[in-house]
Order: sequence, then C-alpha cells, then structure tokens
Amino acid sequence: MNLVTNNKWIGQRTIRPDGMDKVTGRAQFAADTTMPGMIWGKVLRSPHPHARIKSIDTSKAEKLPGVKAVVTARDIVDFPIEKGAVMLGIQDMRWMCRNVMARDKALFPGHPIAAVAATTEAIAAEACELIEVDYEVLPWSIEIDDAILPGAPILHEFNKFDGKPSNIVGRLEHKKGDIAEGFKKADVVIERTFTTRPVHQGYIEPHACLISVAPDGKTTIWSSSQGQFMVRAMTAYLTGIPQSDIRAIPAEIGGGFGGKTIVYLEPLATLLAKKSGRPVKMVMTREEVMRATGPTSGSKSTVKIGATKDGKIVAAHGTFYLQAGAFPGSPIRGAAGCSFTPYDIPNLLSEGFDVCSNRSKVAAYRAPGAPIGAYAVECVMDEVAEALKMDPLDFRLKNAAKEGTKAAHGPVFPRIGYIETVEAAKASPHYAAPLGDGHGKPRGRGVASGFWFNAGGESSAQVNITEDGNVVVTTGHPDIGGSRAGIANICAELLGIDYRRVSVIIGDTQTVGFSNLTGGSRVLFASSMVVTQSTEKIIQTLRERAAKIWEIDPEAVKWENGAAHPVSPNAGQFEPLTLEELAEKAPAMGGPIGAGVQLNTTGADGGFGTHVCDVEVDVDLGIARVIRYTAVQDVGRAIHPGYVEGQLQGGVAQGIGWALNEEYIYTREGKVDNPGFLDYRMPVCSDLPMIDCIMVEIPNPKHPQGVKGVGEVPLVPVMAAVANAIYNALGKRFYALPMSPPKVLEVLEAPTREAAE
Amino acid sequence: MAKVHVTTTINGEPMEFLCEPGDTMLDALRGTLNLTGSKEGCASGDCGACSITLDDRLICSCLMLAVESQDHEIRTIEGMAQGEKLHPLQQKFLEMAALQCGICTSGMLVASDALLRKNPKPSEEEVRFWLAGNLCRCTGYDKIVRAVMETAAEMRAQ
Repeated sequence: MNLVTNNKWIGQRTIRPDGMDKVTGRAQFAADTTMPGMIWGKVLRSPHPHARIKSIDTSKAEKLPGVKAVVTARDIVDFPIEKGAVMLGIQDMRWMCRNVMARDKALFPGHPIAAVAATTEAIAAEACELIEVDYEVLPWSIEIDDAILPGAPILHEFNKFDGKPSNIVGRLEHKKGDIAEGFKKADVVIERTFTTRPVHQGYIEPHACLISVAPDGKTTIWSSSQGQFMVRAMTAYLTGIPQSDIRAIPAEIGGGFGGKTIVYLEPLATLLAKKSGRPVKMVMTREEVMRATGPTSGSKSTVKIGATKDGKIVAAHGTFYLQAGAFPGSPIRGAAGCSFTPYDIPNLLSEGFDVCSNRSKVAAYRAPGAPIGAYAVECVMDEVAEALKMDPLDFRLKNAAKEGTKAAHGPVFPRIGYIETVEAAKASPHYAAPLGDGHGKPRGRGVASGFWFNAGGESSAQVNITEDGNVVVTTGHPDIGGSRAGIANICAELLGIDYRRVSVIIGDTQTVGFSNLTGGSRVLFASSMVVTQSTEKIIQTLRERAAKIWEIDPEAVKWENGAAHPVSPNAGQFEPLTLEELAEKAPAMGGPIGAGVQLNTTGADGGFGTHVCDVEVDVDLGIARVIRYTAVQDVGRAIHPGYVEGQLQGGVAQGIGWALNEEYIYTREGKVDNPGFLDYRMPVCSDLPMIDCIMVEIPNPKHPQGVKGVGEVPLVPVMAAVANAIYNALGKRFYALPMSPPKVLEVLEAPTREAAE
Repeated sequence: MAKVHVTTTINGEPMEFLCEPGDTMLDALRGTLNLTGSKEGCASGDCGACSITLDDRLICSCLMLAVESQDHEIRTIEGMAQGEKLHPLQQKFLEMAALQCGICTSGMLVASDALLRKNPKPSEEEVRFWLAGNLCRCTGYDKIVRAVMETAAEMRAQ
C-alpha cells in the first residue's frame, strides 16, 4: 500500500496557507466587504405560515427618503410549474424562484415577500414596514403527521400522490431480494418507529453578500457560499443576466455544512443593485438565518430488522418520511440509500417519502438524510444484538459489507474499509476501558456505524510557476475547513519543494474553470486530482526545458527534490537545475510555465465510520452528558491529519447537539419560537469532552493520493451512538430526538412506559 | 439625532469617532473604524465571535454601546500580534489546526488571551467553561482547548 512513509509533506500537519489571515482578523468574509457608494438591502418576510398574497403595495416604501429600490416577485424570473423542472445540480429552479421570493403564496413564516435597498440599513428596515401586503391567511401544517393527514392543507395543489392533491411530493425505494420471504427465516424481528426534529446547520457566519451591477449589466458578486459557480448560475437564472456577465467572487466562508449550497440573498441584491444603480450589501440577522434558511429535515422513520439466532440479518425494511419544508427536495436519498449500507442484507426494502409542510425549505446538512436514517437503523441494530446476546460490534462484523457486496442503492463495493473501522473500534483503548464510577450518575456505552456516498464531479485547477520559482495554485472550490492546506501539501510533495512556496487561491468564476460546490465530501478528492494532473504537466514542461538546456532527450531528465537531474551518468554530467533556475530562464526558454486541468472526477468511493460513545446521566436533572467519544473512520489517506481529525471532531460535536439538545420549537401560530443561539442550544465548549479520532487509512485506488471524502461520515452515526449509550446507562430506550432534559425526565418518571413518544 | 463624538483608545492607539447613540461597539468597530476582525454571528451576546476586551475585561462588543468606550481601553483581534510577531496563542492555533472556517477564531483568540492573563495555569475544565461563550461549529472545540492548554504551558515555561 502506498502509505505516507516516504512523503515529505503529504500526511504532515503543515500550517494552512490562509491561516495567518484568519488568526489576525484580516481574512475577508462576505460581511466584511464594502464598496464606495454602497447601500443596504433588507427583506420583508411573511409573518404567516401559509397565506395567499392578494396584493402588495410598495408605494409608501418607495417614497421614504433614502429608499433607492424595491423589488418583489414580479422582478424575479418565473419558472412556471407546468413547464416542468429546470434543474441546476439537484435544485429545481421552479422551487428556487419561489423560495427566494414568495410568488402567489407565502409558505412559511420568514418567506421573503419584498426587498428594499436604502442608504442605511435602518431606513431599509423602516421601508419594509411601510409595504402593505394583503394576505388571505390559510390553514397550515408543520409536522409530518399533520401534513399527510387526509384533508390536510395542501401547499402545492398541482402535486398529486395516489391521484389526489397531497403534501407527499416524492418517493424513492431501494430494493433487494424479497423482504416477506426474508422475515420468515428470522428468529428475532424488531420493529421500531423514531422521530427527529429539524436541526440547523448552525454556521456562525450569517448569509451575506455585496453586489454591484454596472449599467451594461456587468455584475460582481462577493458572497459567502459553498460554490461561487452555483451563485453565478442561480443568480443568472433568477435575474435573467447571462452567466458570462456575472463575476462571483468567493469570500471566505464562515461555515456551511451544506446550508450554503443554495442562494437566498444574491438574486434580491442583484435586482436591487440593478434598479438602484448602486452596489447593494445584504446581511442576514441570526433570526433570519434561523427562520428562513436551512435547516435539515425533521423525520419519522420505521425500521424493522430480522436476524437468525446465529446473528445473520436476513431481512430489513425501512420507511423514512422526511420534511422537505415549503418546497419538494428533502434528502430521502441519503436516508433510504445510506442507512443500511454498512451491512450485507439479502432482502431489503428501503423507502423514502418527501413531505412538504409550512416550514422553511430544507437545505443540505452534512451527509444529508444519512444521519436521520442511521439513527433509526443503528438503534434497532443495537436492540437486535441485545436480543441475540451478541456484542454490538461483533453483530456488525458478522453482517458487514465488504468488497463484492452489492449495496441496495446500486453499486457493488470495491475494496472498502468498513470492517476495519469496526475492528479498530473494538481494539480501541476506549472500548476496552471500564466505564468508571459516575458517583451515583448512571453511565453507559453505545456504538453505531455510518456510511456516506462521497462524490466526485466537476473540478478545475490552474497551477502557475512565478518568475521567482514559486507556485500559485488556483482552484474553484471555497475552502470551508482547510482544503487549501491539503492542496499545498500535495503540490509541494509532487514538485519536491517546501510547502510554504505553494500559495493556494480560490479563484472566482471568471478566472478559473467551472468547479462544482464544496459539498458531498468531494473537494479534496476532486481538487487534488486536477491539481495533481496540472502539476504533472508542469513537471513535464520543466523536464523538457532542462533537456533543451542540456541538449539531451527529455526522457533522460528526471524531476526530484525540486530540481531537474539527469536520470543517470549515461545521460550526461550536469548540475541539477532547480525550479527557481528554470523559472528565471523561462522567458528565453519557451515562456511562462503553467498548466490547467478541468475534469469530471470519478471514483469517489463511499466512506464508513464506527463510533464509540460513553454517557453519564444525571437522573435528577435529566441531563445526559457525553463523557468520552471515539470516532473511527476509513479516511482513505489523511493528506493533512490535523484537518481530517477536525472534520471528525466537528461532525461528532454537531451530532451530539442533534442527539441531546438541538431542535426547532414552534409556537401555536406556526412560527419558530427559538430563532437564536440562546434558545436553539448548540453544544458549547463545556458541554463536550475531547473527541478521540482513529483514522483508518485504506487508500482509494482510483485517486492519485488515495483520497476519500471525510467531511460527512462523522455526523452519520452520532445520534444512534449517543442513544445506544443512554439506553445502556438507563435501560430505557428513546425513540425521539433530541434527548433533552425534559424528555429524559419524562421517560425516567414514567417507568411503565417503554419510551417517550 | 446628532451623532456623538467618542474619544477612546483602541489597541493602544488614541482614537476618535462619531456614532449614533444606539450603535453598538461592534457597529463602530466594523462599520466606522473598519476593524472587521471582530465578527457578528448573533448580535445577542450568544456566540462570542465579536469578543473584545474593555479595560482588560472580556466582553461581547455587540452588547456594548459604542459611546460606552469613551475614555476606556479597547482591545480587538487586530491588536493581538505585535507587528510581525504573532501572539503565542495565534501561533499555536495555526500549528495545531485549531481553526477550520475561521469565523469564530478572532473571538476565540481574544477570549483565550483574556483567560491566560487572568489564569496562566487553567485546567481543561476551566478552559472549557471560560470559552463556553464562544461558539464554534467546525472543530468540536477539541483542538482549540488543546491549543490554549499548550500555549499556557509554553508561556509559563518562558
């Protein structure tokens, strides 16, 4: 195996190229950007969960001194429902044009109704209040159970399910074998129903943009997103400006986790800038972020697993209902497609249902859908293992997917590392350690596994050698969590130079080739592929240049340690020519040295992880605390171990929040009641222990450095691991998230009931 | 209403500015003084991304009025490094990958510095409770806590 032993930079904890800017406060995030003549945009949002918009009168707002432009849905390009889907990636522009601005109906509280640009933010906000909207308030539903009832208020009349208007807007299934026959062979069958609440991605940086539109339509966008090309394309679609006229410049991004893969503000700010002739800045408040962006779905899942006495799973059935929010598009593919995938199950039916209700449209969140499915499946796995009196990790090993296993969602697995993650968890010091004394607080340990598809897709890079013999790499993917560090390591390794001589830049849409989103755990996989190929082209050029100078054959020149050398004494005796020397001679030897590569990358193998979690429960207060956590993952190859660990630790922390505290709480009026960080309770530093990481490295043979995506798997098993640990501590199972103090107390104080639900 | 004239000290430099009476210190820093290192994550004192010190006391600049800085000493992330020389915490955050997206980093560093000035030998628990007002969604806090502990140990050894 091609492991890290002979590498100088790959596998090293180098200092990231953008680090100095970030620790000194210099790094420019979207809200830090200003422009001469800039004005401010604000959005008027619906107070109602569901209402027909009969009329909008903006005349008073327009007359307010300082107001420069007002836009409504009339200004946004309409993609009529009946004309069929207009897809951009996984997003249908019919929904997107209605999500950025309500057209006929407001579908959730916080749905944009109009936007205003004015000389100050305060005047823009005041003008929003002067807009008169005549609403016909309609009945609404928030929860899945209410939305799928016969007679439920229908959000989209055009949508039919079983021939009738319905809020069920999509269904998919993965099928293998015959579950009815399979369950007949089972000695143990366990079926349970689970619910989860919507949780927000919770990036600390609210959405922000600054947009300038020249009178000829040339548009410049500075914004925080997971993809400047997505911003360009969606803004072009929704404003009618050609993509070639829009330059989308990626600001530093203050977290995304999937939540910044669609646009909210950019089309509105562009139209305001166009109308007013002034650059327009828009920044969401935290409350707007919580009411009108993200979150991921709430869910209701039923999972049934049957196994024989010897511990073999013979059949499984999963039904996953996920909230889409106001428009179709919940991540049922992740829930139905990922949750059983760690296991080789001969008879399997996994179904996903996409359900609309009067909530904000869900957005991707780290392995979208997969944590929801894994929570249900991995809890039932724990119950089946217990019924069979098997160690839960042994039960997983007995049924583990491996090379040659056909996954229900299609592929036959190549060499994968799932078994290795379970074995490493089993062999970890954590799994062997006693739970220790909780001094009256019960302690428990739980395990769970998880899978995510990972992704490849479009990526572009340009690598240029500077006149002084250093390197500038430009790629097209925003760096959310340290991808620049990985790219610098790889480029320096290939060129044989110090990593500090490699500068890594995120190019804007007009300076680098098309690159897809930072998402799907694809960025280092895809970008290092195009950077590798570009660097290899440069090395070829450097060898040719040296050969020309030495008047020998290019094949007789090798590149090593940052310089050209003759391959052997037979090729001739020459002093090595360094990168600096060749750069200096470039003008006389063929000109600038650079190379660009654009690829649709493939070969991103799926990722697997297995987690071990210890909890301690304060039974008087109902507080469950995670006291020890180990995340094991097959990471392919850790190009920068510090940032790979960071992905694991960060994903685990988000999962602990999802398991124990985070949820959207609604008022009786159908409005989010906890739209801020005080009441929407994300884990803080004192809530968590250190999070241990075990990186299993089974290199991906289809990638030049063996890279597999790592960012999403870490969130997948967490809620089940925590739930299984709490069961182990209390002997009581929870079938609903979050397992927050009131809910823990409810279960503890109701000893006759099996669980709170 | 007329703007208010404020005379203060920011990162050791005398500073004057005009602000609305209702402007927060964060508004003044970011908007008027162009010191955008302090970030706004919530505007309600819950995320700590705008952490600064006022006369060596750690505060959220979104919860303080700009006029309250009159005759006081403000320190922000921009004043942490001395010219080319990083503060040991900044250096350690880089070396130990204690930042991912970087939006919380300014606030984390200012808060960690305030902690080490008060308590040069904090336990892990003390670090965790001190930093509990600074949200980070990327790192799971593990590397941040380790970086603060290690910096404290090195600073004590010097």
